[in-house]
Amino acid sequence: MIELLVRDLRLAIRAGGGFGLGLAFFLIATILMPFGIGPETGMITIIAPGILWIGALLACLLSLDRIFALDWEDGSLELLATSPLPLEAVAGVKALAHWLTTGLPLVAAAPVLAVLLNLPPQGFPWLLASLAVGTPALSAIGTFGAALTVGLKRGGLLLSLLVVPLYVPTLLFGAEAARRGAEGLDAATPLVLLAGITFATAATMPFAAAAALRVNLR
Amino acid sequence: MSLRVDTITCTRGGLTVLSGVSFSVAPGEALILRGPNGAGKTTLLRTLAGLTPPAEGRVDAAPDSIAYAGHADGLKAQLTVAENLTFWTGVFAADGIARAVEAFDLTDLLDRRAGNLSAGQKRRLSLARLLVTGRPIWCLDEPTVSLDTENVARFARAVEAHLAGGGLAVIATHIDLGLPTARSLDVTPFTRRARPASGASDDPFLSEGAL
Repeated sequence: MIELLVRDLRLAIRAGGGFGLGLAFFLIATILMPFGIGPETGMITIIAPGILWIGALLACLLSLDRIFALDWEDGSLELLATSPLPLEAVAGVKALAHWLTTGLPLVAAAPVLAVLLNLPPQGFPWLLASLAVGTPALSAIGTFGAALTVGLKRGGLLLSLLVVPLYVPTLLFGAEAARRGAEGLDAATPLVLLAGITFATAATMPFAAAAALRVNLR
Repeated sequence: MSLRVDTITCTRGGLTVLSGVSFSVAPGEALILRGPNGAGKTTLLRTLAGLTPPAEGRVDAAPDSIAYAGHADGLKAQLTVAENLTFWTGVFAADGIARAVEAFDLTDLLDRRAGNLSAGQKRRLSLARLLVTGRPIWCLDEPTVSLDTENVARFARAVEAHLAGGGLAVIATHIDLGLPTARSLDVTPFTRRARPASGASDDPFLSEGAL
């Protein structure tokens, strides 16, 4: 399993691996946002947590179809399916690799972008905590969506339509935790619920993804 | 260690492709699958490999004993030859790539990116993976595509060595590999015209037209 993780990380950072795709989108979307909204200083502070969360979610969405599509195209997915690794483990490792190459850089970039959006200082720890706790759920759910659409050419549209509704609870609680934190309120409740979503998806989604892969490999 | 197939029905994309296939392969034996394009050789191999479960019948083989190699090479273009092979040694808990590299003459290519290899070199790398798996039953789908005569012979020697070591192989191919212990099986008699698999087959219009 560890060798699959190492391989996926290595592929992500080599040329053409798409490592920077999500991060670049996150940076561009958040940097452009103040220009679009205008110079009203109060407004941007109020909506900063929501902007950062939506930016992170869309950045995550952008790279989902790469999770299985490349392995499907070159035949390695079939070989992995006939290897000693259970498909559930393959799906779990793929989700983890996706989070390490997409979710984690977003978490790391968020504080810098929060400064650009004039997020109040007390909001920083909560923003970071909510993204760190919530983005693994985005990768886990996204892996399931990618497994469902793996055989389709240009399946990105269908993938987005399938995955976005499943992302809503994560977005709700994540953005709520970040907003409460920024306003100086207690953000523990939404954060705990967010952690619940992450644990639940991490526990169930690899199995759902493996079942979808089995059907698609037939 | 043997492979026994008992009256299986193979489906692909919801259509029955083969039915009533039975055969058994003993250790040290190779079975060559013959048949025109579309006869169902690939479908049969995918069923043996467990990718598509048989609709009826049984495939008897020890668990985790089958190594499958399909049309696609399954290589990562951005990884070197050595990295590609080493990845599979990790997955299959094998003890190194030396034997596989030697058998398919990949020594000079180890540091090359797989994406920069020629089609025949990619195929050799893909076949070398079989030795890394250490599995006794090889299911190979047109393994000699894009290999030159010298490398076809090299591949045949690798299969012979595998058979001599107690392994067995089921190979779909159109060429003569010159294996001494090979039997061949023509899949054509088992081929069914495209017809919906179980469930939809009781629709008289569908089955009448298709049969």
